[in-house]
Amino acid sequence: MEAQSDLIQAGYILAAALFILGLKGLSKPRTAVRGNAMGATGMLVAVVVTLTDNRILTFWQLGIGLLVGAVVGGLLATRVQMTGMPELVALFNGFGGLASVLVVGASFLEVREVGDDPTTTFTLAAGATALIGAVTFSGSVIAWAKLRETLGAYGFGAIGGVNGLLFATGIALIAATLGAPTSVALIVAIVAIGLVLGVSGVIPIGGADMPVVIALLNSLSGLAASATGFALGNSLLIIAGSLVGASGLILTQIMCVAMNRSLANVLFSEAPSSTGGADADEVYAGKVTSTTADEVALLLDTAERVAIVPGYGLAVAQAQHAVRDLTRALEANGAEVVFGIHPVAGRMPGHMNVLLAEAEIDYEKLIEMDAINPTFAQTDITIVIGANDVVNPVAREDPDSPIAGMPILDVDRSRTVVVIKRSLSPGFAGIPNPLFAADNTLMLFGDGKQAVVDINKALQEV
Amino acid sequence: MTFLLALTLFVLAVFLGVEVITKVPPTLHTPLMSGSNAISGITLIGAVVSAGAEQTVLATWLGVGAVALATINVVGGFLVTNRMLSMFGSRKKRDR
Repeated sequence: MEAQSDLIQAGYILAAALFILGLKGLSKPRTAVRGNAMGATGMLVAVVVTLTDNRILTFWQLGIGLLVGAVVGGLLATRVQMTGMPELVALFNGFGGLASVLVVGASFLEVREVGDDPTTTFTLAAGATALIGAVTFSGSVIAWAKLRETLGAYGFGAIGGVNGLLFATGIALIAATLGAPTSVALIVAIVAIGLVLGVSGVIPIGGADMPVVIALLNSLSGLAASATGFALGNSLLIIAGSLVGASGLILTQIMCVAMNRSLANVLFSEAPSSTGGADADEVYAGKVTSTTADEVALLLDTAERVAIVPGYGLAVAQAQHAVRDLTRALEANGAEVVFGIHPVAGRMPGHMNVLLAEAEIDYEKLIEMDAINPTFAQTDITIVIGANDVVNPVAREDPDSPIAGMPILDVDRSRTVVVIKRSLSPGFAGIPNPLFAADNTLMLFGDGKQAVVDINKALQEV
Repeated sequence: MTFLLALTLFVLAVFLGVEVITKVPPTLHTPLMSGSNAISGITLIGAVVSAGAEQTVLATWLGVGAVALATINVVGGFLVTNRMLSMFGSRKKRDR
């Protein structure tokens, strides 16, 4: 690998600083737009100084690649619906992984052409990139298909043993490249193993665990870029890649804690089974109180503090805008309205916040779980829309339950709880929810959006 | 660049990343992910060299493919992040 020129080095330092400042900007909604712009500027600086590299002799192929990428990326970014954001991020993760594999493939061929034996660092890093990048790519494609629901939530049971074997084979092949650093067959085999591992690793993972998977693939796409940096001896690739790797890893950790599961548990075992919980008939029989939109409107009319707890069901029903209208009506009536957001409320970290922001609900009203939980006791009415497991008090009370210890929103502590739901069917955990049968709970059965619209209408007539 | 220097950069950047990212509030986790997607498109600078250097035909076209994919990440990632983040600011704009 040739040394980078001083100009390129200086540009890369500037770009790295801009990336770090950009990520720092994301720590507050107020500075986030500027942070994102700083990141983009860093990228522009990096690309422009790279174009001065004296190895670049022809520009037309380069132009084709840039043009195609810019057009496709621009179209994807402007066309995507906010509900489809998890699919888009999954796709981007995959592209990042594949791009790293292709870059390392190209420089591998270049090294081979020159005829010298590559350095040990290059050989090992190229192998690692091939494995990580391929896993990221095929895993992301499977995650994308699952999120689009073109692929069932459960392919087959846990195949942790197979995955372990594939991973060990991949590592063994990378070690083998030290003996044959210019073998095309070995690199191709590593990529093939990675592709299979990505598929077999993600296919058994259930829909509820998708936030963890996307976060993990996000981290891997960064690590693939970082490994590419080791292979090319490129400082900026190493820095930027590891920043992304760290970011994805933290989000993975946050998601695991919020679901009360370890990463190993998500990756290598089946989703929590429905055994150990109480029988549905036993929990619900004769205790569920059903209500109407008119009744809810009457209650809301006198409420001073209302909390709304949205689950992914709200997004599926496209009820965000109806909820916004309800919020405005209640506020005009003098009530205080807040939103309680569980960390896994959407299908990716922070997804629910984006969906509500799109409906022009002020982010300052979106309260995190730990902050809102102590306030439920002073809340007159809590409206739960399309959420189930994250408000199941069993997590707090029954140590034998499959969701025991999972952090939940303590909505059952508010004076009255209104649950808007199609039926009493269980959530992802597959267990009944005693909240629905509690004395202070009213069930409003129906479609989330229609129910909120009806409440709104009834509220105007009160 | 020696392996040890590369490793030093890697370790320091991971620690720095952890410090900076832990401060990002849950509200902004989705834009954080799409924004970091864009940053992981940094592979682009490696791809640019591969696509533009006069190498074997296969190497060049691998490079072109990598440039296209990484550019999708960079352009798409920053644009969609900006789209999301401007929603978070929308109330402030209306108030003014």
